[in-house]
Formats: sequence, C-alpha cells, structure tokens
Amino acid sequence: MSVPVSATGPAGSAYVAPAGSPALEVRGLTKSFGGHEVLRGVDLVVAPSEVICLIGASGSGKSTLLRCVNLLEPVTSGSVWLGGQEITAPAIDPDLVRRHIGIVFQSYNLFPHMTVLKNITLGPVKALRVPRAQAERDALALLTRFGLADRAGDYPDRLSGGQQQRVAMIRALAMSPRLMLLDEVTSALDPELVAEVLDVIRELAQAGMTMLIATHEMTFARDVASRVAFLADGEIAEQAPPSELFGNPRDERTRRFLRRITDAGRL
Amino acid sequence: MTESPLDLTRRGSRLLGGGQGQARGVALSTASTIVVLAVFAALFLLAPGSAAVRHTFFSPSDMWHALIGDPAKGYYSVGAAIWLNIRMFLAAEAIILVAALLLAVIRQSTSPVLLPLRVVALAFVDVFRGVPTILVVYAVGFGLPALNLAVVSTQDPAVYGVLGLVLSYSAYVCEVYRAGINSVPLAQVSAARSLGLTHPQAMRYVILPQAVRTVIPPLLNDFISLQKDTALVSVLGAIEANRAAEIYSSTVFTYSSFVVAALLFLVLTIPLARFTDHLIARDRRRRLAGATV
Repeated sequence: MSVPVSATGPAGSAYVAPAGSPALEVRGLTKSFGGHEVLRGVDLVVAPSEVICLIGASGSGKSTLLRCVNLLEPVTSGSVWLGGQEITAPAIDPDLVRRHIGIVFQSYNLFPHMTVLKNITLGPVKALRVPRAQAERDALALLTRFGLADRAGDYPDRLSGGQQQRVAMIRALAMSPRLMLLDEVTSALDPELVAEVLDVIRELAQAGMTMLIATHEMTFARDVASRVAFLADGEIAEQAPPSELFGNPRDERTRRFLRRITDAGRL
Repeated sequence: MTESPLDLTRRGSRLLGGGQGQARGVALSTASTIVVLAVFAALFLLAPGSAAVRHTFFSPSDMWHALIGDPAKGYYSVGAAIWLNIRMFLAAEAIILVAALLLAVIRQSTSPVLLPLRVVALAFVDVFRGVPTILVVYAVGFGLPALNLAVVSTQDPAVYGVLGLVLSYSAYVCEVYRAGINSVPLAQVSAARSLGLTHPQAMRYVILPQAVRTVIPPLLNDFISLQKDTALVSVLGAIEANRAAEIYSSTVFTYSSFVVAALLFLVLTIPLARFTDHLIARDRRRRLAGATV
C-alpha cells in the first residue's frame, strides 16, 4: 500500500502516482445484477493523463463500468486499482475513494435546492473539510474559467441543460479528482448545447486530466481520446488509438458497430 | 410578457369557478351560492323541531356566556380554554416534527448496526398508528400518574395529553416524512455519494431538504388534524375548550357551548387549511413552470 487513499490530504494537493503505476487499472472485473451478468471480465489500464473513450451499444455496460470504478456499484468479482492501490479491497472506505474520483452523469443530477455555488462547494466543505471561504473562492475561479461566473447565485432550474452539465463538471472538478468519469454527459442535451460541454472536456484533456469517458459522440472520441475502447458482450472487445480503431477495426463486432454508426451518419 | 388565455384560465380562482368572462363567472357563483344557502336555511327553519334545536344549540345568550365564562357560577370560559388547546398544539407540533423525523431517518437507515433501532422504530410506528389516539391519551394520562414516580407521575393532565398526542402523531408524521424521502430520486443519492459524502451527510444535506419541501402540504394536513385532536385531552380533565364547553353544558343542559367550541376550532383550523392550499397551488405552479424548461 504505497499510496494510502487518505481523508486527511489537502484537496488541491497534486497527486503523483508512484513511478510506473497506472492512474487506473481494472482487472477481470465482473458485475451481475441478479442473474444478469453485465460485465464479464473487463481489463483496462489507464496511464496518467490518458483520455479513454468507452464506446459501445446501449446496454453494453459502459455506465456500469464507470459506476463500478468509483464504487457506486459494488463489483461482483475482479479488482479496481487507483494509482497502484486496490480500492475494491474490503478494508477500503468507499467514501474516501470517491473523493478522488469525479463522476458526471448523463442527467446532470445537480442538487435542485442549492444554488450553483452551493452545489459546487458542498463536496469540498463537507467531505474534504475545506474552509467555506476557501471553497467558494475555488468554486468561483472554476466558474470563471468555464464562463459561468455570473450564474453562481442561480438555482439549477434557471440554467440551460448545457450550463447545468458544465456546473456538474465543475462540481466534480472542485474535489480536485485524480480521475474523471464522464457517463454520456452530452446524451441528454439538445444538439446546439453539446459543443459547450465538449469544449470543457477538451480543455480538461489538454490540462492533463485523466479521464474515462462513456460516449456516443464518435467524432468527439476520435478527436479527443488517446485510446478508444469498444465494449461488447460485457467485455472490452477491442481497444486502440482512435485512428486505428475507427480506421482499421480488427474485431468483427467493432466493424459491425461502426458500420451501423456510419450508416446513421454519425461518423 | 403577455398572458395567453390559457394562463388566465389557470390562474382564475378555483373557488369562484373562474373561466371565461370573470365578471359573469363571479355573478353566477354568487347567485348559486345564495340559492343553495337559502335552501338549507329554509329546510332548517321549516323543520318541525327547528325551534327546539335553535334553543338547544344556537341560543345566543348561552353561546355568549359560554364564550366569556362566569367563575361565580362555576363554569369556565370556552374562549379562554381554547388557549390551552393552542398551547398543547404548539408544544406537540414542535416535538412531533423532530421526533417523527428521527423515526423516519432510523426507519430509512440501512446500516446493519442500526437493526435493533429499526425494529424499535417499526414497532413504535405500528403500535401508535394502530391504536386510537384517545386510547393512547388514556393510557398515558392515567398510566403514568399511577406509576407513582417522582417527576413522571406528578405532571399536569395537559402534559400527559401532549405526550399522548406526540406518541400517536409521531407515528403518522414519520410515514409522511418517509414518503418524502422515497420521493427524492436515487440519482441524487448517487450524486451526493460520488462527492465523497457519507450516507448521513447525503441524508442531511441532499435528501432531507428535498424530502421535507415535498411533504410540507401533507404535514400541514396532519397538523390541522392535530389541532382538533387536542380536544381529546379533555378526557384527562384538562380544562381545554371541549371540557369547558362540557362543564357549561352540564350546568344549563343545552349544547350551545359546544357550538362555541366548534366555531373556535374552525377559527384555528381554517387559516391553516387555506395556507396548505396556498402551498399546494404554489408547488403546482412551480412544477408546471419546471416542466417547460
């Protein structure tokens, strides 16, 4: 246990993974709901600052994989390692792990009874014990960076879908996570609002954020991903840099999936 | 922004029938109300026993004397006694709001360690929701004094009454809170937990604030009921409005004093009922507004 997942570390401290250890490693992960096996042995290694796009048909297990990685769903078998430490070990407190992993959901899930600013500061203040004034300064800096400073006092229902999703991204970022999980964050948005959210993700990628992104936006995946992983039948059927996976897919299932996407005019 | 006819219809007073042609609607509603009231008044006045009923239930002089009371003749003022109902109501309400929330949170907990508490909470709710409130009031009001304990057995009947009401209503209100907690989408829990909040923190900062907002109208509904049920404490001998009316009634052998008590209870409950309506209407407007976003 070289890197303890600690509750006491300062929120903003730069996390340095031990030399050579990946930011995230998933080994032989399976997940069943009742008798239904959604994930049947997923193996995935993510290096620091890598951006992995998970693609695959609806129901292929992309969301489940993300929810397992931040322990919102207990895994059935296999293990998840964050910066060289196993977080699926029984002795690990999931609440501590989740402070280091940001997740953004398809349906934003902002807290409707709190202003934008409160949404963003809740985690840092309550989970990380950052002083409120400090947390608010940090939140405003993030809001300014992503062009939302004037919405700090608004309640989420006053915001457009794109703005809400950007706030949800900022809420996750405010925890200074080592890893961001994005679960089809543009799927619920009107087409004209998708770009503003994708721009945020691009900026994060350029800033070196390690990200695991479940998405249906193939053009975006090709553009931003260091690697694309195609999920089918509960496992990663194929993973490769985008040019390779989109240009020369080797697995028959990948080819079929991409053909359908191309026929639909989305690639 | 100009309002469409649809908006106007929606805003038009429900009580007055609203709709197209506000003035015509008001006139129609007024006329039909007068006709209905006149029919009822005629039925009442023309009934064979009308004079006797008026003397027994609606004697103005009896109603007046019951309202102000007369210590010299040995009867209490119903108007003064209602203050005890108000005080009992306010005390009970404050305790119930807290106790029921505690019960609800315990019942919604999932930790294996809390299982014994969950069992106790479940038993509490089952028992006190199932036993008629008046029997709970009896049990507390006569049971605790009979124990001959130092402080517990020497309280005023009103205190036992409040305790009885708290036991009974906490069980109901607990279930109202629980309905509210269950109405908060699970995605909100996921969002809170993904920020590293513990289960109690997620409950306190994310779930409960939303749950309580949702259940304010049904909570107020229960409290309207609680206001009336303070009259049950009369069985313990506390001189509240119902008991004062009973004493007056047994000295003059008419029921006009009870009508006074009934009217006073209406004066208390109707404002709360209208306030509840107002909150429900506001919620509905908000939901309609939210649906268009």
